Amino acid sequence: MPQRPLRILVAKPGLDGHDRGAKIIARALRDAGFEVIYTGLHQTPEMIAEAAVQEDVDAIGLSILSGAHMTLFPAVIDLLKEKGVDDVVIFGGGIVPAEDMPELKRHGVRAIFTPGATTQEIIEWVRANVPVRG
Amino acid sequence: MAKSKDEWLQTTYPKAADRLPSYTTLSDTPVDPLYAPDDLPAWSYDEKLGHPGDYPFTRGTYPSMYRGKLWTMRQFAGFGTAEDTNERFKFLLAQGQTGLSTAFDMPTLMGYDADHPRALGEVGREGVAVSGISDMEALFADIPLEQVTTSMTVNCTASVLLAMYFAVAQRRGVSLDKLGGTIQNDMLKEFIAQKEWISPPEPSVRVIVDMIEFCARQAPRWHAVSISGYHIREAGSTAAQELAFTLADGIGYVQAAVERGLDVDGFAPRLSFFFNLHNDFFEEIAKLRAARRMWATIMRERFGARHPRSWLLRTHTQTAGCSLTAQQPLNNIVRVAIQALAGVLGGTQSLHTNSMDETLALPSEQAVLVALRTQQIIAEETGVANFVDPLGGSYAIEALTDRLEQEAYTYIKRIDELGGIIHAIELGYPQKEIAEAAYRYQQQLDRGDKIMVGVNKYQLDAEPPIEVLRIGNDIERKQAQRVRERKQARNAAAVRGALAKVKQAASDGANLMPPIIDAVRQEVTVGEIADVFRGVFGVYRDPAWL
Repeated sequence: MPQRPLRILVAKPGLDGHDRGAKIIARALRDAGFEVIYTGLHQTPEMIAEAAVQEDVDAIGLSILSGAHMTLFPAVIDLLKEKGVDDVVIFGGGIVPAEDMPELKRHGVRAIFTPGATTQEIIEWVRANVPVRG
Repeated sequence: MAKSKDEWLQTTYPKAADRLPSYTTLSDTPVDPLYAPDDLPAWSYDEKLGHPGDYPFTRGTYPSMYRGKLWTMRQFAGFGTAEDTNERFKFLLAQGQTGLSTAFDMPTLMGYDADHPRALGEVGREGVAVSGISDMEALFADIPLEQVTTSMTVNCTASVLLAMYFAVAQRRGVSLDKLGGTIQNDMLKEFIAQKEWISPPEPSVRVIVDMIEFCARQAPRWHAVSISGYHIREAGSTAAQELAFTLADGIGYVQAAVERGLDVDGFAPRLSFFFNLHNDFFEEIAKLRAARRMWATIMRERFGARHPRSWLLRTHTQTAGCSLTAQQPLNNIVRVAIQALAGVLGGTQSLHTNSMDETLALPSEQAVLVALRTQQIIAEETGVANFVDPLGGSYAIEALTDRLEQEAYTYIKRIDELGGIIHAIELGYPQKEIAEAAYRYQQQLDRGDKIMVGVNKYQLDAEPPIEVLRIGNDIERKQAQRVRERKQARNAAAVRGALAKVKQAASDGANLMPPIIDAVRQEVTVGEIADVFRGVFGVYRDPAWL
């Protein structure tokens, strides 16, 4: 029996409205054959964690361009843990300085794509790193 | 007698020599090998151009342009607390900047005080934190408001921030008719592109018309709305879409104000614009020229404006943030210089040049200084400011101007058919057109059909890091604490009374500005007034179209 397609939540936490990247990635992932759920803008970490559980996703891609990544990434991950979810792959994209990456990775963010990353690069990373949850 | 363009293409142009299979502008408009008189059939100088300062203003808003007065050099600045940004303002003025431009942080822009849970992680990060009038006082400390013109980039909470600015001026004994400046206050482009909103489009436009009406009466030197294409382009639109949706938004505001019963010539001279300056040099110049001609025609023919000042499109421009690269960031200085030159050759009234480090963080002082110096070099070294519309009459520029105008009118016609811009936005028409263009461009980049130097061509394996500005978390704690303390120190009854009056005006349709000004004087905050809007007007949610 063929494996079901990966389910990916593309989420836009925070107050800013920069959704150009999130929408491009959501569309590129969908065109690559994944099932994509896009949250829309202005989501709180609670809304994102809730949507991830409701939609039973395999991965969450968070798009953050507001400089609030050190607050918002860990908040989503901690809320998921509170809900007993620790096997959803968290990745992200946006304006994240290189020096912030190690701490985010320690907190469980698996990869961060910064300006200049291609959609193909992200699709390939997802294929290689996101397993279908059992 | 010269050959016709077609004949020349057939007989003289060596096709085999072409470097690329096809040539297009950044917006995918085909570029011919030659522009010639054939491209301007039945073209009339008087009808299409006119001299600078004459209808339809294609060649320039004013007769003398930069020979009379250079454009205003206005660098957008804001970060941390009001005190931090006040220091940056003073630095910029000391360096020869001629106007101020304020960036507010996301909580302020979205109507949350610094002590609100939704503000967590965002206070002072993308701009300055202003929750109440005390912050506004500190932001403009020691700055003579009657002498400097100030621009404030804020939209869904624009009424509150403008009320604070006005109230600060009045406290200092400066009457509103002495104040010059601009508040962005363009909600239609928020729904289309930048996506900072509180309430749905209809009530949002109502508040804007309140402000247009209030400023026309009380603050006649103030631009109550800056109709902005900048963010439309940053969201990924083409040049023609930027032009079309911006002017369509302008039509929307004028229509709403006229329906309110305002005389078009009473407010139209204070409408201003804000366009993007992207990488495609000639396309951007043509876009600004087409914008002036189109707006003049729209105001005169569509709205019957009689005063020549109502026909003028006066614009601020900013170099394209989305064109900058995190890779090899020093290259951004060059991009910005070329984009800024397009703005000047396109006849801008005011200009912001981006700093080279903006894809990494808010700009450092050094990066801002280079950006400002770029403008000063264009103004005072290159000699371009001594000419008025030096590219006017170029076959290529005029053909591009005509083409952009035609494409933009096609979009505007479609929007009219959909019942106007508000309905078009509710249907997602401009949003989907832009998302489509953004996706197409990303695919072109990914395939290498369009080039970004340092990103998909000429990459370096290792790059030395550059110094960037860091905003610490202590600012958030400090600002949230200050806001909590101020709220406790207020006269609670006066606050309740003032908020009730704002709510009353919001509900019964009276002009909101007077009660909001009264309220901010009582230290009523941005978040509290935004809560009134949420309660009375409802909350708009992202339709999340893909």
